[in-house]
Amino acid sequence: MIRVVLPFHLRTLARVDGEVQLEVASPVSVRSVLDALEARYPVLRGTLRDHVTLRRRPFVRFFACKEDLSLEPPETRLPDEVVTGAEPFLIVGAMAGG
Amino acid sequence: MSKVRVLVGTKKGAFILTADGKRQEWEVSGPHFAGWELYHLKGSPVDPNRIYASQTSGWFGQIIQRSDDGGKTWNAPGTKPEDLMGPDGMPKGQSNMFLYEGEVGTHKFYDGSQHPWEFKRIWHIEPSLTDPDTAFAGAEDAALFKTVDGGKTWKELSGLRKAKGHLWQPGAGGMAVHTILLDPKNANRIYIAISAAGAFRTDDGGKTWRPINRGLKSQYELPDPDAEVGHCVHRIAMHPSRPDVLFMQKHWDVLRSDNAGDSWQEVSGNLPTDFGFPIDVHAHEPETIYVVPIKSDSEHFPPDGKLRVYRSRTGGNEWEALTKGLPQKDCYVNVLRDAMAVDSLEPCGVYFGTTGGQVYLSADSGDSWNPIVRDLPGVLSVEVQTLP
Repeated sequence: MIRVVLPFHLRTLARVDGEVQLEVASPVSVRSVLDALEARYPVLRGTLRDHVTLRRRPFVRFFACKEDLSLEPPETRLPDEVVTGAEPFLIVGAMAGG
Repeated sequence: MSKVRVLVGTKKGAFILTADGKRQEWEVSGPHFAGWELYHLKGSPVDPNRIYASQTSGWFGQIIQRSDDGGKTWNAPGTKPEDLMGPDGMPKGQSNMFLYEGEVGTHKFYDGSQHPWEFKRIWHIEPSLTDPDTAFAGAEDAALFKTVDGGKTWKELSGLRKAKGHLWQPGAGGMAVHTILLDPKNANRIYIAISAAGAFRTDDGGKTWRPINRGLKSQYELPDPDAEVGHCVHRIAMHPSRPDVLFMQKHWDVLRSDNAGDSWQEVSGNLPTDFGFPIDVHAHEPETIYVVPIKSDSEHFPPDGKLRVYRSRTGGNEWEALTKGLPQKDCYVNVLRDAMAVDSLEPCGVYFGTTGGQVYLSADSGDSWNPIVRDLPGVLSVEVQTLP
């Protein structure tokens, strides 16, 4: 079971409290987690990545096990700690700065 | 007794203000979609409880929301599983997907190069006059979209971008369709306006469009002041009884057209400055119009720190300042293009919202003003529904 933490505004949009738990077939990658997330919560389509190109939106970040995976290829496999559910996959809105 | 419902879009959420026909005691509901930018909300004239809202974020993009109970509850249309699953088990409806039709194409960019159209957000939603499931949406980068299924899916009316779209160029505020006027006497006629491209009209339901900018002069903004496209139109308004008569607040200049936009005449007259954003028409007097003069394009606040609405009862040229109840010193707010509206009660109510978070009401056609709320986030849009 993959644990996904959404940013506040997307939790509100998807109407979920706390973490989201997803069944994702192996191999587990950034892309497969996002696919599963959007299948469960269609309202999130387009909020994390472009509808057509599936490119990450510029101010969305993907973190796991203290690593920033945002710039890694979407097929990048997630760490075992995320796959086993020991650690969450974090989806983060980039800092606004200021 | 009649009621009014004021739909307020702000930089940090939506607010719904309701009152009975006296318009003295107000209930404030919100923030809805707290923390998101709500560019615009508007109710269906056919079914007033059907309200569409444009919810946007620099982080997470565009969401369309819909209420079917007058704003009490909201749903992004088409995101329930039963709405989404097509016969092949794949998702079908995506209410936040706005794809440019066909080859995306390019428009003129800041550096003079040609730049691909990129969808950013919906600035304005205009529900159909006859069908609650049909609505039009004005987008940045400039394009017009239409839904016929209550917002579940949107399709571009791409003929608009063929009206010299390659020459359109964003201004500092972006390049967006911000005004959509539906002709109540001719279902095939729609007017739209774009900053900074100008005004356009279709007479065939949106298939083909043509610029309607003859008479506009932009001597400080364009190398050719009389160019066919490129004018920074800020807002157009019409009275439903006379859809061929249009009033325009341009970047500079207030203008009118008496022939459906075929030609325009300046009617700035004695305004202290003819720069501004909103313009609207009295609900019962088609020659009574309202603007909010702003000092200049470099100083987006009222002249002399005095917030004044100007009213013309002669369709322009002769203007009177309306000040009673409005701050007459140290006021440096702006009123954005979609942030003025009128109700259809008697006497006509006039409403506007400011970048300082106030929503003002005049329940006597502009003679006197009172704030309904004072401390909302910066107001992006104001619409009013007059309910039985």
